[in-house]
Amino acid sequence: MLARADPDSGDIAARVLAGEERALARLLSGLEDQSPWAGAALAALRRSSARDSRAARIVGVTGPPGTGKSTLVDKLIGIYRGRGERVGVLAVDPSSPFSGGAILGDRIRMQGSPREARAVDGGLFIRSLASRGRLGGLSRSTSRAARALEAAGFGIVLVETVGIGQSEVDIARLADSVVLVTMPSAGDEIQTIKAGIMEIGDVFVVNKADREGADRMVRQLRSALELSRSALELSPAGPEARPSYAAHPAPPPRSPADDSPLVLKTVAETGEGVAELVEVLDARWAKLRDSGRLEERRRRGALAEARSLLADRVLGELEALEGGLEERLADEIVRGELEAAEAATLLFDSIRRGGARA
Amino acid sequence: MDRKIRVLVAKPGLDGHDRGAKVVARSLRDAGMEVIYTGLRQSPEQIVQAAIQEDVDVVALSILSGAHMHLFPRVTELLAQKGAEDILVIGGGVIPEDDIPYLKSKGVRAVFGPGTPTQTTVDFIRANVTGR
Repeated sequence: MLARADPDSGDIAARVLAGEERALARLLSGLEDQSPWAGAALAALRRSSARDSRAARIVGVTGPPGTGKSTLVDKLIGIYRGRGERVGVLAVDPSSPFSGGAILGDRIRMQGSPREARAVDGGLFIRSLASRGRLGGLSRSTSRAARALEAAGFGIVLVETVGIGQSEVDIARLADSVVLVTMPSAGDEIQTIKAGIMEIGDVFVVNKADREGADRMVRQLRSALELSRSALELSPAGPEARPSYAAHPAPPPRSPADDSPLVLKTVAETGEGVAELVEVLDARWAKLRDSGRLEERRRRGALAEARSLLADRVLGELEALEGGLEERLADEIVRGELEAAEAATLLFDSIRRGGARA
Repeated sequence: MDRKIRVLVAKPGLDGHDRGAKVVARSLRDAGMEVIYTGLRQSPEQIVQAAIQEDVDVVALSILSGAHMHLFPRVTELLAQKGAEDILVIGGGVIPEDDIPYLKSKGVRAVFGPGTPTQTTVDFIRANVTGR
């Protein structure tokens, strides 16, 4: 839509390393726009960053809409900043499927109290991202954005997903720890977080715990977690036996040797329970690092991301196929002359031949 | 690559009326833009910091308290200090006609008063945001 001169990748990387916020902001935009220069800049940045890339902790915060994720992130920022950590935040909100536009409002709740003036001290970088059609709860390049923040020296990277409900599990591939935020609600509590979502939480938070039904919600979560845990352990193939799809590889499964996910109560509005959450995250992080499971988790995440990029690329090739092959095949399927699986084979062969007509 | 226009809609100063800002935010979204809304009572420093971190093309300021003569120029001044004078700054709210020339001389590129059709704002942004 807009033409803007491509910046030089090496120059951007150097300026990010020098702590220039504007360069980092431009890099994140370039990554969001899938610009080639930004990919090169990220690679250069990560290679020249003196930091051990595992020095940063990536914490995902996810859960249904309205449960208080942004407010909880705000309080986490306060605690981590209070310890002198530099904090990067990626807050993802949905794009409108109709206009492609978005209103990104998480930032409102992440600015601390008016007296703190926290966002202007250089130790906090908040970036709002639009999901841009991606359905997994993150935008296409959120993991690259997180790595950019990591390489830029932010020791804590908090990633808040789109409000989720059913199957938005991308965050499990990106984050070292996933905090799943829920709240007390009337009726069938567990209904608000379904299979798949339950499996990605490392720490469960019942927020707004000053409301009626908080303890019931905690009990229900605990018993649901015990059930899914024993199902995992009893499964003959073990936890590795998960379905995997090219475009949506399964998130790294939690090993049964992990500690059971904890269920905590918070009232993010007042900050109650947030210090305990930070303690739990600290302990979990120490264990992840010391046991070598951090590497394993990140390796799986990296593979899943590469695979997802590959799937995007194959779909891109498909769109670039000349001659309306896809449309012709679709017509044939509708007329009953061809099966969808056969059409997929024809399209795949055509891509492999470099776009020649089938 | 396809790049979205990103707009920061901000309310500097102390008035608590953000209906206008929200209407503008929605219409910009419906025009396909990505709008970061930062809420009420933002200091110029916070607004400029957000504009830079969010890498926006446009800062749209709304004010009804009458402090525009101080706060709007403060935002453009801080943007310039950060080397971000290429970000388009526009204003809205209750702004007397007589104040507009001064605001424009301070780098506020357009002022949209009450009753401005939202399409006018959308068109102005589209026409004035260029490659940077």
